[in-house]
Amino acid sequence: MTDRRKINDLILNILMYLSAGIISALLIGIIGYILYRGIGHISWEFLSEKPSLIRNTVGILPNILNTVYIILMTLIVVLPLGVGSAIYLNEYATNKKLVRIIELATETLSGIPSIIYGLVGMLVFVQFFSLGTSLIAGSLTLAVMTLPTVIRTTQESLKTVPDGYREGSLALGSGKWYMIRTVVLPSALDGVVCGCILSVGRIVGESAALLFTAGMANEILGITQAVKAGNAGSSLTVALYMYAKERGEFDVAFAIAVILLFLTFAINLAAKLAAKKLKRKRG
Amino acid sequence: MNRKKISNAIEKTMNIIFSLCGIAAVLGVLVITVFLAAKGTPAVKEIGLAEFLFGRVWASTSDNPSYGILPFILTSVYGTLGAIIIGVPIGIMCAIFIGKMAPPRIANAVRASVELLSGIPSVVYGLVGMIIVVPFVREVFNLPDGANLFSAIIVLSVMILPSVISVSETALRAVPKEYEEASLALGATKTETVFRVVVPAAKSGIFTSVVLGVGRAIGEAMAVMMVAGNVANMPKLFGSVRFLTTAVASEMSYSSGLQREALFSIALVLFIFILIINMVLNSIKGGKQ
Repeated sequence: MTDRRKINDLILNILMYLSAGIISALLIGIIGYILYRGIGHISWEFLSEKPSLIRNTVGILPNILNTVYIILMTLIVVLPLGVGSAIYLNEYATNKKLVRIIELATETLSGIPSIIYGLVGMLVFVQFFSLGTSLIAGSLTLAVMTLPTVIRTTQESLKTVPDGYREGSLALGSGKWYMIRTVVLPSALDGVVCGCILSVGRIVGESAALLFTAGMANEILGITQAVKAGNAGSSLTVALYMYAKERGEFDVAFAIAVILLFLTFAINLAAKLAAKKLKRKRG
Repeated sequence: MNRKKISNAIEKTMNIIFSLCGIAAVLGVLVITVFLAAKGTPAVKEIGLAEFLFGRVWASTSDNPSYGILPFILTSVYGTLGAIIIGVPIGIMCAIFIGKMAPPRIANAVRASVELLSGIPSVVYGLVGMIIVVPFVREVFNLPDGANLFSAIIVLSVMILPSVISVSETALRAVPKEYEEASLALGATKTETVFRVVVPAAKSGIFTSVVLGVGRAIGEAMAVMMVAGNVANMPKLFGSVRFLTTAVASEMSYSSGLQREALFSIALVLFIFILIINMVLNSIKGGKQ
């Protein structure tokens, strides 16, 4: 081997190791710094109270609750819609052109930036349907945003259900819906779960789409208030943004960042386990 | 007989319900397009298309308002280009490393890091950018303020890394083993094989990852808002700038009248950019099939 080839090889190898090193260092650096700045400010009071101007204390319970409400309400809307859409694409649709159009629309939706979802969510849900700046308007906006994820994962999992199951069920005289309900859906459940987890991850990390739809309020809402139109509330991400950018309270922002990191890593782990199960089934 | 009728009715109803779910995504795209077009065009008409797109001054709150969004368009374009220039080489190198070269254990560790990086919310990137990148840029380049285009480029280039890496890696792994074996049998080293045979064979997938990165960078709002300074200047590397996304977000809460309508027009411009990127992605995919 000539020297030039050896040197070329060496340089490329160094560059590759360097790039991989940069990625790992970035992750460790970001996590380490956030923990270092934030973890000291997390206390029981911080997690279990709302902010109070009188006592000059900060608590993020309203934001935690709002995030949970938004996740639940979004899933309630997006799951039936997304799973139904995947079932239609995989089981019912016969018109190839229509399927192509639906898939194109799904891809388009997944490419639209969240700030545009936020803006259109404001126009459609907050103003047109006059829900006001509210958790419910934010959730509906996020439901449209996470629709492609649920459709895609469910569809992938439906494709793994062997046709023999369907034929067997139909041959025994069951109707199509009965077949889907009792045979196809149970076998595709893990795909639905996987889509769910991925959606939750996206919802927890979302901020731009919520800023103008769900608002910035920091009050504790009961579950009955949360589903009502006009009750605004900021999620953890929006709260982080407000504390960091508008008020310059970086300690609070970093403490929220610690919680967000913890949540997203837990979701990442859950998604990995679900994906592993899905893969094992496929063989 | 009656039971059969009922079950037939159920079948028909479910068929209709699933069809309705099926077109939900189409409906979503239509609603977004119609609302943006309807809300975004009046301001363009009033301001004038050329004046709006190529006007160099954005002064929406002054007594003599001016609505030119060229600064935002150029900032978004430069910011995205910068992020691609920094992020793509690192991302592709890393993808080659974990997809082809690294021992499985190291590859898995780096892959896990990439997945975790992709899960970090954009406001967290913005926060870290605000506290680390901005002061760093200010110190190193001796500036009065570090919140500028350069800081935004750094943050964006980190944010596009996960999608560039994971999509490129998938493309690299899809290249048939025979290609590599043939090259190795001819006496090429492993590194030469990967760079001269596998990478060219995976180039459409790698290009897809770059286009996805462009989409991610051009659409990012919150992180950029926290590090770019947010003044409507014509783009300068070390000047405070405003992107298309942040232009929409930063004035929305207090805008009214023509100013508010102009914000919708900016969103429409951004949407058109995204649609173009989608079309590019589809044509790559179409070319492969």
